[in-house]
Amino acid sequence: MSPLNNETVQKAFGVIRDEAKRRRDAFREEPVPKIQIGMATCGIASGALETKNAFEEVLAERKIKAHIRTVGCIGHCYAEPVVIMDHPESGFPPIFYHNVTPGKAKMLAKSFLEDGDPLFEHVLGAMEENDLVPQVLDFPRFNQEKRVVLEKCGCVDPEDIYEYIADGGYETLAKTLQLAPNEIIEEVQESGLRGRGGAGFPTGRKWDLARNADGQHKTVICNADEGDPGAYMDRTLLESNPHQVLEGMAICAYAVGAQKAIVYVRAEYPLAVKIVTKAIGQARELGLLGEGVLGSSFDLEIDVFQGSGAFVCGEETALIQSIEGNRGMPRHRPPYPVQQGLGGQPTVINNVKTLASIPPIIEHGATWFRAIGTEESPGTAIFSVVGNVVHAGLVEIPMGVTLRTLIFDICGGVPNKKKFKAVQIGGPSGGCLPEEFLDTPIDFDSLIQAGAMMGSGGMVVMDEDTCMVDVSRYFLDFTQKESCGKCTFCRIGTHHLLNTLERITKGEGRDGDLDQLETLSEDIKNGSLCGLGKTAPNPVLTSLRYFRDEYEAHVKERRCPARMCRTLTAFYIDLDKCARGCDACVGSCPVEAIFTTKNRKKGVDQSLCVKCGECMVACPAEYDAVMKVSPPDLAPVVD
Amino acid sequence: MVTLIVNKQELQVDEGKTLLQVCLDNGIYIPNLCHIHGTDNPSASCRLCFVEIEGEDKPIPSCTVKVKDGIIAKTDTPSVRRLQRTAFKLLMSVHRVDCGHCPANKKCELQRIAKFLKVGLKPKYLELRLKETEVDESHPFLDYYPNRCVLCGKCIAVCKDKHGRAFLTFAKRGLDTVVSSYGETDANLPCSKCFACIRICPVGAITSKDSPRQT
Ligand SMILES: Cc1cc2nc3c(=O)[nH]c(=O)nc-3n(C[C@H](O)[C@H](O)[C@H](O)COP(=O)(O)O)c2cc1C
Ligand code: SF4
Ligand code: SF4
Ligand code: FES
Repeated sequence: MSPLNNETVQKAFGVIRDEAKRRRDAFREEPVPKIQIGMATCGIASGALETKNAFEEVLAERKIKAHIRTVGCIGHCYAEPVVIMDHPESGFPPIFYHNVTPGKAKMLAKSFLEDGDPLFEHVLGAMEENDLVPQVLDFPRFNQEKRVVLEKCGCVDPEDIYEYIADGGYETLAKTLQLAPNEIIEEVQESGLRGRGGAGFPTGRKWDLARNADGQHKTVICNADEGDPGAYMDRTLLESNPHQVLEGMAICAYAVGAQKAIVYVRAEYPLAVKIVTKAIGQARELGLLGEGVLGSSFDLEIDVFQGSGAFVCGEETALIQSIEGNRGMPRHRPPYPVQQGLGGQPTVINNVKTLASIPPIIEHGATWFRAIGTEESPGTAIFSVVGNVVHAGLVEIPMGVTLRTLIFDICGGVPNKKKFKAVQIGGPSGGCLPEEFLDTPIDFDSLIQAGAMMGSGGMVVMDEDTCMVDVSRYFLDFTQKESCGKCTFCRIGTHHLLNTLERITKGEGRDGDLDQLETLSEDIKNGSLCGLGKTAPNPVLTSLRYFRDEYEAHVKERRCPARMCRTLTAFYIDLDKCARGCDACVGSCPVEAIFTTKNRKKGVDQSLCVKCGECMVACPAEYDAVMKVSPPDLAPVVD
Repeated sequence: MVTLIVNKQELQVDEGKTLLQVCLDNGIYIPNLCHIHGTDNPSASCRLCFVEIEGEDKPIPSCTVKVKDGIIAKTDTPSVRRLQRTAFKLLMSVHRVDCGHCPANKKCELQRIAKFLKVGLKPKYLELRLKETEVDESHPFLDYYPNRCVLCGKCIAVCKDKHGRAFLTFAKRGLDTVVSSYGETDANLPCSKCFACIRICPVGAITSKDSPRQT
């Protein structure tokens, strides 16, 4: 790029940046309170729309002057709907409120905005240091996070490009255009960034291969297929800060020499599709995309492609097939997409989080990035932590933090005084790790060594009431249905694994089942064509390795140690505890299986019971008379 | 010309071919179902043609390997045989074994592979699981037998090759996957003069409506 070009780019971007800052300052300086609501899919699912309506109503009703601003997800899903209220006149700092229902919203508007009382009982914390309210940054859920990719999520309005720019956005793209493509690739290589889509392939190396591959029509694809059950990192990122992803894509396209880029999003993510499409339009309008980006000679068009939601379409070769209008079936690699991808041309496919890591890397430099995380896995990891955990949500941590720190310190551990049993990492391709592995550092290689894998960031915490055989069955049921059907091992092999697991959970396990599960799993791993089949047996193999006794209890004793497999459990009423004359449980039973005994206590008719557990919930805590046992013949016969 | 060694035997062959093709040409049999002579995009879906190649840590399908100078390959190691036998048993666990009523009897690839691998046609340990539909008669000229089909995809590939587009496709997912004709009922289809799919099918899963039904 010639110096002349540099000047053009600097000037063009300067105009945009000034406008963004002007708008931000005008908004900030306006002397009215600001109400900020998290409105990504997670917020909306928890009722953020109703909360917003309630704020609008109460402001109109009481003629309170205030601005409502919608932002994306801040990651604290357990606290949704989340609202930050900034009321400088009150003398309080901006305050973070959790679980703001419409009723709470109306109350807050009245007491805080009208009377200056922030209602301490609903406050989670303050957003900045002050003497009045404890700061959220002092809580572990906040201060142990390291936000690189999610930094601006929940802070900027995803539907307003100027907010991203005022916060430093697209600065890096402008910088990139003034550097040579190979300088960018060197920086990314130097940073040690590894792909966040699961396999951890070095991103710089991929880009270098694509740059050096022959082809006039290279393409960059952002993989936002995200099909793992329970994972929603990529969706949240696209909904909360689409421009960081687009900026990463633009930098990648410039570096590898592509003029076309595609965001591949599943159609089940309508809000993400809408927000990304809008973001692309805004970036085009400002000349950040399109012909001659920022006045330079670099052209880039970005399109959105909506995938129809097959899990296997996240696999890169199937993804390309799907864009080309074919059935999403993987093909043998090599050739890899960087050699022959979309339309036979070199194609870079990167995960959403990988691409969103690029702007910070180019902005702060490879050395800065390497200082975060570990030697072999630099940077941060993003997990959606769900299951039996107190502070569920999206968490970004430096690589190398242990599972224990993430689950217990940052996410608050297991609720209801239950014991931790296992953590499932990596979704249907990953594995379940028991308590002994809690000190495993979270990085690509350590997790593989433990038998799990990073995957794309799904993490499910499980307490003592979880049956590990049932968990394996759940994941195999998923992969078996999602297998594209192309290759023998995955198509038929996963069916037999599932079939055996189903038999075991029903108490129909046989001698030799466990060995058969193990050998078939090994063969499916070694024999399958694509990553789906190659990793599908992982949940079975890890749980067999770490929880074999549980499988054996099912097969040999017809007993489910967690008392979760229905066929292997029974409910009965402890006559010593049951209160004479009480019939709280009777009405709760959907099949009328509860009868009254001779001495006016209750019993369960085992032949009618469907094991729904309603009676156990209904029995008053002071009696606690309903018992659950496994194997079922432990239940005493009552008449 | 390149030189390679298969099972300690030195072979001098033309460049550009796959290892599987070269072995078959030289009388070294490797079980295979989805391989099509001369294609550049192997489907690599049947997972039977595994070989071990020096320098690779795991067996790889030989239909995906282009021959190169210096390749040292073995077609009959224990880990190769283990994968082949499992793949074959898996295929047979969803296969209607009824050779007497099948047009492919005696020229069927499955019979050949069973004999070669010394595995019975009816697998022990794996429960037989058949599809409900025994014959799909929706096509104007062809009948399709889902419980015979091994889903090698050769019929689809040959159709596309002959007619520029395939009149057959894979449908459904997972274990339910079948070959389907999109519910095509058009009597002007080229099928009545072609039948390439019937000829290429390694089993007897597609038959012509005109041929006498063997039931
Ligand atoms: C069955 C299957 C599903 C996948 N799904 C995704 C996905 O949803 N998102 C993703 O980024 N990568 C997914 N991958 C990995 C991609 O094939 C590819 O490796 C990745 O997009 C590369 O990006 P990265 O280098 O940034 O990690 C999947 C792989 C397999 C085998
Ligand atoms: S491993 Fe499964 S998903 Fe992958 S090609 Fe084979 S059948 Fe399809
Ligand atoms: S019908 Fe025959 S050729 Fe076609 S996929 Fe089935 S087995 Fe292969
Ligand atoms: S012939 Fe190679 S996988 Fe089928």
